[in-house]
Amino acid sequence: MNPQTGQLLRNTLTLIVVVLVAWQALYWVVGDVALRSPLQTLAFAAKFTSTPQFAAHLAETSKAFGLALLLAVVIGLSIGFTLGASRFLSDVFEPMLVALYSIPKITLYPILLLAFGLGMSSKVAFGTIHGVIPIALFTITAVRNVKRVYIKTGHVMGLTPLDMIARIIVPAALPEIFAGLRIGFSLTLIGTLLGEMFASQRGLGFLLMSAIGLHNVDLIMTLTLLLTVFAGTASVVLLALNQRLYARS
Amino acid sequence: MKSPVLWRIVILAGLVILLEVLCVAGVIDKLTMQPPHRILTDLFAMLATGALNKAIAKTLGNALIAFIIAMVVGVTSAIVIHRLRRVRDTLEPLFATYYAIPVFAFYPMLIVLLGLGDAPQIFIGAMLGVVAVIVNTLNGLDRVPGVLLKTARINQMSPVDTALRVTLPCASPYILTGAKLAVAYSLIGIIGAEFIMSSGGMGYEISFAYNNFDNATMYPLILLILLVSISINMMIARWEKVLMARRGLR
Repeated sequence: MNPQTGQLLRNTLTLIVVVLVAWQALYWVVGDVALRSPLQTLAFAAKFTSTPQFAAHLAETSKAFGLALLLAVVIGLSIGFTLGASRFLSDVFEPMLVALYSIPKITLYPILLLAFGLGMSSKVAFGTIHGVIPIALFTITAVRNVKRVYIKTGHVMGLTPLDMIARIIVPAALPEIFAGLRIGFSLTLIGTLLGEMFASQRGLGFLLMSAIGLHNVDLIMTLTLLLTVFAGTASVVLLALNQRLYARS
Repeated sequence: MKSPVLWRIVILAGLVILLEVLCVAGVIDKLTMQPPHRILTDLFAMLATGALNKAIAKTLGNALIAFIIAMVVGVTSAIVIHRLRRVRDTLEPLFATYYAIPVFAFYPMLIVLLGLGDAPQIFIGAMLGVVAVIVNTLNGLDRVPGVLLKTARINQMSPVDTALRVTLPCASPYILTGAKLAVAYSLIGIIGAEFIMSSGGMGYEISFAYNNFDNATMYPLILLILLVSISINMMIARWEKVLMARRGLR
């Protein structure tokens, strides 16, 4: 267990160093027109994160992302458990989910804007549709792969459906469900940000979009760095937890 | 086998009819969405007049180039990474984070680097797709049975020959899974970049139509993109199934 987490940590550190070196090298090649060096970006980030403007946008994005993630997890898990428990339902609906997963969802943003209006609800919806399908698909597979013996034992013991889910299916399928949640987390985040970029007047995504429009390189680099650091930290933590779950089962 | 397919068609038809009824009855107003039959007739009219054919050809052509680059670069680098255990372990956190990074933030930099035109858009599309291809190809390479590799070594095949004749064919179903994702991601990259900044292409036309409340152009274009991506994906999925069936899997 622990050596695996240690190895992950070491790999992450190596990766960070490699990325920093590559970034600096790219900066030397490209120059000030379109890029800032890691040090300049850090300095600007330190200054920028202490402004009240940043705090307001951050709060907006966190709220949208939190809501979207909550919705994606709840809806995804319910779809996953319902379809995973029934062979017939999953036969009917799983290919539809796979088809939905593969469409470029970015094209749907005008429809969501028209349906939900400009603001919080449309970006939450955008985040949710990105995250919900992978969570559902992973949960379906996870629930279906639970050993028949466990389920039969549950039946013999006369468990209620709710007990069956809480005491048998969830513990047995947890590592795989967690893998789905991990991917759902990333996709919900990028979905929320894309929603903010195209369909919002507030939030980090909007800030990024306006920085792109104004060619404010400092701000673009800072926001990208902050988002990448956040997403990276969360992903690595979730990955470590996931490895631990797999190791235990 | 027959009945799930039938059910799926019935459910889809039901949803479309429901949408049609809601639109015609005015529950969903005209500015939000047009009834499905109007979208279809608009699509045919649009394709027949050929007014937007240039934009469609540009977007789909760029997406195709981005897809090919993502596949070639992805599969080749996966083969290389697969042999280097340390490199692969180091890249693992990157693969886990990659799809949460807003790649579009690099679009302005790419425009400065590669100039205005199709190149930055293709770059973004390829950049998005390549990691999905790498991850799935690695997954496939992991599952190549050791005995095949030993046979290759006994026949003294060169590394390139081994890759082309043994490992890649063996991993092909998994590579196809990556290909399906790469199709979607190359479209996302191209269209997203066109939304942000460009002077042509389907993404540009969609956002232009959106800004002008021109639903008669916007919905057919969106439908066309969805139809293209779903049909390509179904084709790849069918191919994947054939490959799996040939091996007696599934």
